[in-house]
Amino acid sequence: MLAPQQTWWKPLHRIERSWVLVAFVWCIFLTIMMPIWFFMGRQNVPVTTYRVDAETYQQLVADFVDQYQVDTLSGVPVVEPPPNSDVYLQARQWQWYPVLKLKKGETYRLHISSLDVQHGFSLQPTNLNLQILPGYDYVATLTPTQSGDFALVCNEYCGIAHHLMVSKIIVTE
Amino acid sequence: MTAATMPAPGAKAEFRSCPVTGLQVDLAAEKLIKANAVAAVVFLLIGGFFALLLALTRWQAIHLLPADWFYRILTGHGFDMLVAWIVFFEVAGLYFGGAVMLNARLIAPKVAWVAYVLMVVGAVLVNVMTLLGGSDVMFTAYVPLKAHPLWYLGVILFAVGALVAVILFFATIVVAKRENTYGGTVPLVTFGLIAAAIIALYTLLSGAVAFVPAFLWAIGILPKVDPAFYRNVFWSFGHPAQQINLAAMVAIWYALAALTVGANPVNEKLSRWAFVLYILFINLGSAHHLLVDPGPSFAWKATNTSYAMYLAVLGSLIHAFSIPAAVEVAQRRKGFTRGLMEWLWKAPWREPGFSTLVISMSLFGFIGGVTGVVIGTEQINMSAHNTMRLPGHFHATVVSGTTLAFMGLTYYLIPLIFRKELKLKKLASWQPYVFGGGMLLVSVGMIVSGLQGAPRRHWDITFTGAPIDVALPGAVHISLAIMGVGALIAITGGIMYLAVVLASVFTGPTREASRLTLVMSEENPLVEHAVPNLGKEPEGKLTPRGSLTLAFIFLAFFVVYYLSNWWLLGRAWYIR
Repeated sequence: MLAPQQTWWKPLHRIERSWVLVAFVWCIFLTIMMPIWFFMGRQNVPVTTYRVDAETYQQLVADFVDQYQVDTLSGVPVVEPPPNSDVYLQARQWQWYPVLKLKKGETYRLHISSLDVQHGFSLQPTNLNLQILPGYDYVATLTPTQSGDFALVCNEYCGIAHHLMVSKIIVTE
Repeated sequence: MTAATMPAPGAKAEFRSCPVTGLQVDLAAEKLIKANAVAAVVFLLIGGFFALLLALTRWQAIHLLPADWFYRILTGHGFDMLVAWIVFFEVAGLYFGGAVMLNARLIAPKVAWVAYVLMVVGAVLVNVMTLLGGSDVMFTAYVPLKAHPLWYLGVILFAVGALVAVILFFATIVVAKRENTYGGTVPLVTFGLIAAAIIALYTLLSGAVAFVPAFLWAIGILPKVDPAFYRNVFWSFGHPAQQINLAAMVAIWYALAALTVGANPVNEKLSRWAFVLYILFINLGSAHHLLVDPGPSFAWKATNTSYAMYLAVLGSLIHAFSIPAAVEVAQRRKGFTRGLMEWLWKAPWREPGFSTLVISMSLFGFIGGVTGVVIGTEQINMSAHNTMRLPGHFHATVVSGTTLAFMGLTYYLIPLIFRKELKLKKLASWQPYVFGGGMLLVSVGMIVSGLQGAPRRHWDITFTGAPIDVALPGAVHISLAIMGVGALIAITGGIMYLAVVLASVFTGPTREASRLTLVMSEENPLVEHAVPNLGKEPEGKLTPRGSLTLAFIFLAFFVVYYLSNWWLLGRAWYIR
């Protein structure tokens, strides 16, 4: 509150020096953890992105569904693509399309894009979340490590029926 | 508050002499401070009422509002709390720190009134358009969700008004320097406010870059606005806007420490450097919101999210030690030197300014700060993005930290600015505990819900009526109920605050305070116990060892929470 009366440009107290040093070392550790995990970790944020318009993407999804559909769930096609293939998931108000059936331990190139507004890809309970934008095809190289039914929730507000925009990813052994 | 230097009043300004501080108070500045503070409290009241409705809706057992009204109210709550309440209070703070604390005149008060009218019109327009419906786009208004054009216009008017106020603040301190109204260096609190204002300048400009194209798109002049571009510039507004608060809040922490125990920073240089780190690096935090967006590379995300090597975090870690240390040295000078912690046990815990300082710092640091760094880590963000962990984080920073600090400071400004005696002192003494306790439950409830996958901004996490049947873990209902109970307690604390403020300002005669005293006693630590800052190191029994211990306890908590989040992420599906 009070203006410093004399010179305030004085050296640090030794206790302050030690705290600043410890804090700085912690900041360095926080910084290097990210590149370390980038090279060694198995969960990294996907970076592959393509620009795509809604019509083109919708066609890609339709072709993908035609090719690999195995079943229907509540009117939504269930699609079982082979491992190591390109998988297309479409977000729109207020539906994920189609329902995916994957194999545990296999790897897929999962494309996700939106046809209208922004959506949020939220896979539970493994708790992986990605932002989905219209006009951008976001590609995640994904390997399920558990089997069972997983909830796919939209977690970016996308309009009045946002809370109904849920689906499943089914993982078999 | 240097009483020694008398002001050289500017051309037309009229002053009154404050008998408490000896400051020459520019009457035009004083009116503007009151007007902005009143507007701030009005929007806090509206936003707080919205908060009640929202908490009672997300508390799944009650589920009060229908879906459309939930999203509508959530849009209004975000704007009123994150923008209107905070920025109005900050403008009041800027006029106080720029004119009053420097013994100076506020230049161009008429322009300041224009700025005020712009902000009021803008904020009212946003609220009206929100409540009319058709603008249910959340505070973020991510394109291509479209609001009514007047909604964007309201935000733009508000931002322009705030920008004018910030520019006036800078002009005022430049003129004050030229007219020699204060001796030597500006006080640390004003220095912190200058840091806040510099951040505000580029924040509000970014806001214009986000909202002007969105407005032009809404009225049909622009064919489209790229959603990735919008997100980037929106968050150059949205995130640093909250870090204006951060700088202002830290400045208020120093002020509360001085007001309640007579503390002065142990080392002014260190505290000022910490503010400089904020100015230089904190804007990079806009990237926190884009960590799982398509487009940017790992290098871009990691560099920006870490504020270039966490240097803004270093600033906060410095304050986390230097403020308790200032309090400790002041207390030890009074003779509380036994053991490591006697200075803390013997502190004025019934004094609202002091309990505010402790609660605001603890909740901001332990919950807000630590969770912020953790979910702002590039890879860990994948397990947090858009879940309830996000509102859990920023309710701890913006509400438990900033809002509580602003509330605590008000109790000391009412006698000075409104020249009214503070009423309902007992209530004021309890208020920080009630509000802080409630907000603790709110934040923890939200974070635990988010850890179980509960999405933010979501009307019904049971997904009732959805064509495909899915469910979140049942425990999420317990954590959301904890949040709801916490919200009710915090709102009670908010009502206590409003009761004290309204009772003090609107009842009882205007009374010139003769001396600045604590709320709960007749002491005046600012004068009676003020620690002279003479450039000598506090040695021996005065060494702030207790604060260093507290700082290490905080760091240990930080390390454990950080590493356990990496462990959690390591259990997720493999993704690249």
